[in-house]
Amino acid sequence: MAASDVTAAVGLDARDRARAFLATRHRFGIFEALPWVLAVAAFFVFPDRMAFGSQVLLMVLFALSLDLILGFAGIVSLGHAAFFGLGAYTAALLTLRGGWEEPISGLIVAAAVAAVAGAASGWILLRYRGLTLLVLTLATTIMLQELGNLWRDVTGGYDGLPGLTFTPLLGHFDYDLYGHVNYLYALAVLFVLFMAVRTIVYSPFGQTLAGIRENVARMHAIGSPVHLRLVTVYTIAAAIAGVAGALFTQTNQYVTLGVFDFDNSAGVLVMLILGGAGRLYGAFIGAVIYMVLQDYLSKVSPQYWQFAVGLLLVLTVMFARRGLLGLAEDAMKLFARGKRP
Amino acid sequence: MTAALEIKNLNKNFGALPVARDIALALPKGARHALIGPNGAGKTTLVNLITGVLRPSAGQILLDGDDITALAQAARTRRGIARTFQINQLFRGLTVLENVYLAVAERMRASHRLWRPAGAEREVVDEALGQLEALRLADDALRPVRELPYGRQRLVEIAIALAQRPRILLLDEPAAGVPSSESHLILDAVGALDPDIAILIIEHDMEVVFRFASRITVLVAGAVLTEGPPQEIRADERVRAVYLGQEFRHG
Repeated sequence: MAASDVTAAVGLDARDRARAFLATRHRFGIFEALPWVLAVAAFFVFPDRMAFGSQVLLMVLFALSLDLILGFAGIVSLGHAAFFGLGAYTAALLTLRGGWEEPISGLIVAAAVAAVAGAASGWILLRYRGLTLLVLTLATTIMLQELGNLWRDVTGGYDGLPGLTFTPLLGHFDYDLYGHVNYLYALAVLFVLFMAVRTIVYSPFGQTLAGIRENVARMHAIGSPVHLRLVTVYTIAAAIAGVAGALFTQTNQYVTLGVFDFDNSAGVLVMLILGGAGRLYGAFIGAVIYMVLQDYLSKVSPQYWQFAVGLLLVLTVMFARRGLLGLAEDAMKLFARGKRP
Repeated sequence: MTAALEIKNLNKNFGALPVARDIALALPKGARHALIGPNGAGKTTLVNLITGVLRPSAGQILLDGDDITALAQAARTRRGIARTFQINQLFRGLTVLENVYLAVAERMRASHRLWRPAGAEREVVDEALGQLEALRLADDALRPVRELPYGRQRLVEIAIALAQRPRILLLDEPAAGVPSSESHLILDAVGALDPDIAILIIEHDMEVVFRFASRITVLVAGAVLTEGPPQEIRADERVRAVYLGQEFRHG
């Protein structure tokens, strides 16, 4: 009798712990404040580097959108710049051809255009996986870029569309030479969308994405509409990439067809792998390190800075498969173990 | 009374190779039916045809009298067909709880929800935990499934299928690869399943087959050799010949 009571208690305990795990894993940890505190601190510490800072933040957003499909759903894409570029051109053409200069509604329209493109291309392309998908996404982006080149009158071709104007943010904050407003604008947009992505990742929908990544055959067997789920997350990621692109146009006040470059698709993938895919904050670390290295090294050695980035990438995939963030997590675990008596 | 699952004249060719030839099979509600046959007889192919992974070249599959031959895999699952896999098909990087949660959430139509945490779906969590307890897996709920010993992974394989609350359950060699010291765990779990579920089990261990099944179908080279109650199959000379006698002597 007594023995069976003990077993029952152990079972109950396990059940409570399991319930608590699912009920609390989405709560904010103290470390999660760190990147935001640092981002705000950077505003005060490097007041003359804010133009660069806003570029870093929008690349974090771009990498985050890729993390949603690559890190969480396991969709490998080499053409994510397509949505960045579509958002960038939507924001540019709105103001230039449409006379629509209000920036925030520009972001929303850019998100919508990129989302439609994501849904349409995803519906067709996400029937494929792996290498086929990789090539198809790559080819789609190249085709978009060529289309832009064909319509040079509208897009400005590789010379781009310079001197775009936007109305002051919220009708109040005009853009200063140092990009202070731009930086805070990009940070606010990043924060809002980051929280949205974070919510999605911990939702039942986010759980099914993990299921698809881990074993797509079993997802089919338990009756999951896998294709619909993939198209949904692809559409969301496209919309966010579109916002990042629109931010690029608005903060630089110009855009060229270079936004569709393979370099842009590959660069964001490298950032994510460096930082660690599938862990939200990997996008932060990867984009910041990549951008800062690029900025610093391209001054020191304009010809060879890519060598250093390449070397870092090789070291990461060889010795830190879960990215720099994964490495940091391992280090912290070791530290925690060492502290225990 | 219409059978829960009925298969009529099912044919499937891989190119020129016929892998299912005029297969007929009926499972009434609560059936305990075994499918046996030598390697390459087409047993797993038949499971793939029933669940919709493969489309038949000809023939019909009826669920409660409704023709489901044209339905996709997910639609058949929603109508109550579940399966386990001969080789584990688990969400290896996820916890045991998450593995079962996924199946429950799909069935309860909670898994399209984007804006609330997975843990806030109380009904889904409760059901998933209940399923784990029924198979004595609750203590491992938070362990990544790949860290479990193989025998317990096989139990998770069954737990996912049961979490779908199937009316038809197809068990593809549930104890395959499990050391004999642990296989009783699997067989006990299979033996204790809801008597209302119609079960088709593929199994090589004749002792298990004769103990568990009330009817047996023998499949050879994609065609039904014979079907009948265990004592009839046991006495059948053709079946003995197919198995070269070896495994049957144990039974």
